[in-house]
Amino acid sequence: MAEGGNGVTGWLTRTRGRGRLHWTDWFSYGYLAFGVLLMFGPVVWLLLSSFKTDSELQRFPPRLLPHAQETVTLEGHAKPLPLFEVTAGELAGETVAQVRRIGLSSQVVRLDDPGERIELSLDERTAVEAPALATANYTGLFERFDFLRYLWNSTFITVVATLIMLLVNSMAAFALSKYEFRGRATVLALVIGTLMIPQSVVLVPLFLITRELGLLDTLWGVIIPGAATPTGVFLLRQYMLSIPDEILDAARMDNASEWKIYWRIILPLSAPAIAVLAILAIMWRWNDFLWPLIALSRSENFTLQLALNSFQGEMQTEWSSLLAMTVLTLAPIALVFVFLQKYIATGIASTGGK
Amino acid sequence: MARLELAGITKRFGSTEVIRGVDLDIPHGDFCVFVGPSGCGKSTLLRMISGLEGLSGGDIRIDGEVVNDVPAANRGLAMVFQSYALYPHMSVRQNLSFGLENLGTPRADIDLKVAETATMLQIEPLLDRRPRELSGGQRQRVAIGRAVVREPRVFLFDEPLSNLDAELRVEMRGEISRLHRRLGNTMIYVTHDQVEAMTMADRIAVLRDGRLEQYGRPLELYNRPANRFVAGFIGSPKMNFVEGTGDGDRLELDAGGRVPLPGRGFRSAAGQRVALGVRPNGFRPAGPDDWSVAATVREVEQLGDESYVYLQLADATPLTLHVAGQTRADIGSTLALTASADAMHLFLAASGESLREGLGQGDSEGDSEGESA
Repeated sequence: MAEGGNGVTGWLTRTRGRGRLHWTDWFSYGYLAFGVLLMFGPVVWLLLSSFKTDSELQRFPPRLLPHAQETVTLEGHAKPLPLFEVTAGELAGETVAQVRRIGLSSQVVRLDDPGERIELSLDERTAVEAPALATANYTGLFERFDFLRYLWNSTFITVVATLIMLLVNSMAAFALSKYEFRGRATVLALVIGTLMIPQSVVLVPLFLITRELGLLDTLWGVIIPGAATPTGVFLLRQYMLSIPDEILDAARMDNASEWKIYWRIILPLSAPAIAVLAILAIMWRWNDFLWPLIALSRSENFTLQLALNSFQGEMQTEWSSLLAMTVLTLAPIALVFVFLQKYIATGIASTGGK
Repeated sequence: MARLELAGITKRFGSTEVIRGVDLDIPHGDFCVFVGPSGCGKSTLLRMISGLEGLSGGDIRIDGEVVNDVPAANRGLAMVFQSYALYPHMSVRQNLSFGLENLGTPRADIDLKVAETATMLQIEPLLDRRPRELSGGQRQRVAIGRAVVREPRVFLFDEPLSNLDAELRVEMRGEISRLHRRLGNTMIYVTHDQVEAMTMADRIAVLRDGRLEQYGRPLELYNRPANRFVAGFIGSPKMNFVEGTGDGDRLELDAGGRVPLPGRGFRSAAGQRVALGVRPNGFRPAGPDDWSVAATVREVEQLGDESYVYLQLADATPLTLHVAGQTRADIGSTLALTASADAMHLFLAASGESLREGLGQGDSEGDSEGESA
C-alpha cells in the first residue's frame, strides 16, 4: 500500500503501484466498479424509472433518463399544446404546436402565427422531448390509493412489533444468562433448536392458532406471532453473559428488585446488542411479506409490501405506480441502512443471521 | 448497633463442601478481617453474610436476630466488591444515589447524603463523571462511597484493594481504617494479604479449606498462633520451621543439634515429632553457652537499614533470617544460630497443632503436612 494520503479521497484513490497503476490496481478497481454497477445499477434504474410515464416505460429501446414532451401555451388556446418538430414537407426544420390529432394527420400551428392551422401527416413530425420527472406517479399514489393507510399499517406493525420483541427477548435473555435454575440448558437448547425449523413448516399451525385467538386479519395478528425470536434471545443472551455478575450483586445489595435490576442495569448495559437487534427487527418486519399475506385479507389492513403486490394484477400491471411505491417502500429501510450500517455489520457478524 | 454471629455455618456446592462449620462472634464496631489463602472460602463466607449466597447449614444472626432467609437487600448491609462493580452507565452521583432511591429516600435527603459522603471521601469533583473516566483509586473511593452513603449496619469488603498498585494500596488501607474509626460501624474485610490483615484488623479470622483456624487480635495471632498454618501465614517473611523429635525436655533436630525446650507454658513434646517454629527475627548468632544449629548462607538481601539472609540446614531445611541493619554474612559461609526460649513456638509435626498451653487442642483437626516449612 503506497501513497495513501488522508481522508476519503486518499483512501479511494489508493494504489499499489507507485506513480502509475499496477495491474492489480486495474483489476481491483475494475472488480469494484463491476460490483458497484451490479449492486447499485438496478436501484438507480428503479429510481429513474419511477419517474417515467407509462408510455415512456413501454418505449423501446428504453432511455436512461425520464423524458416528457415539451409543451407551449399559445394565445387563443386554453390548454398547453405539445411541441413537434417537422421532419418533411415545406415546414421541415420548424417547431410547431399540435392543436389536435385527427386520424393519421394532425392539425398544427406555427409558434409565431397561432391563428393559422396547418394539416400535417403523422410521419412528418417527431415529438420534442426533454428530460423531465413524471411526479404524477408519486402524487397519484396519495390521490388514487390509500398510500398513507398502508404506510401507517407498515409503520405501526414495525414499531410495535420491534418494541414488543425487544422487551420479550431481553427478558428471556436476562433469565437465561443470569439466573441459575433447573432446566436452563434445556430451555436454551429448545430456543436455539427452533432456529432450525423453517418458517414455512410452522405456517399452518401458526395460522390455526392465530385464527383461534381471533387475531386473523388484524394488525396484532401480524405483530404477536413474531414477538419472540430465537435469534434475538440468543444474541442478547450472549451479550448479557459479558455483564459481570458483581454488578448485579451490587445492585441487589443496593436494594434493587429483580425487575429494577433488569430495567435499570441490564437493559442500559445491553444497549449495543439491543440496538443491533432493533435494526434487524425493523428490517425483518418492514420487509416481511409471507406472514402478512396470510394473516391479512382486507385491503385496509394491508402493509406496504402487500399493497405493492396488489398493484400487480392478473390482467394488467400499473408499472408507473408500482415503481413509485417500490421506491417509497425502500426509502425508510435504506435510511436505516445508511445511518446504522455499522451496527448491522456487527449484528450479522455476531449472529450469522441477517 | 450490629453484632454479627455465625453459628455452625456450612456451605456445599453440589457435593463439594466449601465452608465446613464456622463459628464466629463479631462484636459491634469491630473491624474483622477474614484472611486465608485463595480458595479457603473467605469470599464465600462474606457472600453468605451478605445474603447473596444461601446457607447449607447453621445460622447467621445480626443483633441476635436470625437472618438466614432475609434477602440481601433487607439485611441492612453494604458491600464493596473486588472489581468495584460500579454501574458503568451511571455517573458517580447516580451510582451513589441508586441504593437510596431504591429505599424510597426523599430526593432532598439523597442529595444531602451524597454530598456529605462525597466530601468525606473527597470525590466531589468526580460526581458527574462516569466510572470509566476514573482511575483505579478513584473508582475504589466511589465504591466505598456507595456503601457509606447507605449508612449500613455492617460494611462488607471483598478484597477491595487487590486491583490497586502497591502505593495506592497503602494509602487506601489507611483511609479505610480512618473511615472505620470515624463511622464506628462493624466492618468485615476479606483479604489474602496478611499485611493488610495485621495493619487494619481489630480481630483476624484465619480461614483455610472452609474452616476457621484461629480468631483473635492480630498480635495474639502473631504471638500465640494456634497451629502451624496460622504461624506460617501471619508474619512476613513467614516463620521458620525446623523439625525434630522430642526427647525429654530437649528436641533432637533432624539437622543435628539439641535444643533445650522452654518448659513453661508448653505441653510435653517427649517422644513426638515436633516442628520448632522461630520467626526470622528470632534467631541470633550463638554464644559459647548457647545451643546452636549450623546453617549455610545461600543468599543475602541487603536493604540498607535491614537485611535478609537465606540459609539452609544440613537436611536442606531452608531458613530465613532477618537482621536489623547491615550484615557481613558471606554466601557459602556457615553460621551458628540460636534462639531464646521466648522466640520459640512448638507444633506437633503431624497435626500442626500448637503445643502451647491453652491453645491448639481440638482447634484444628485438619492436617498440616501439606505446609512446607
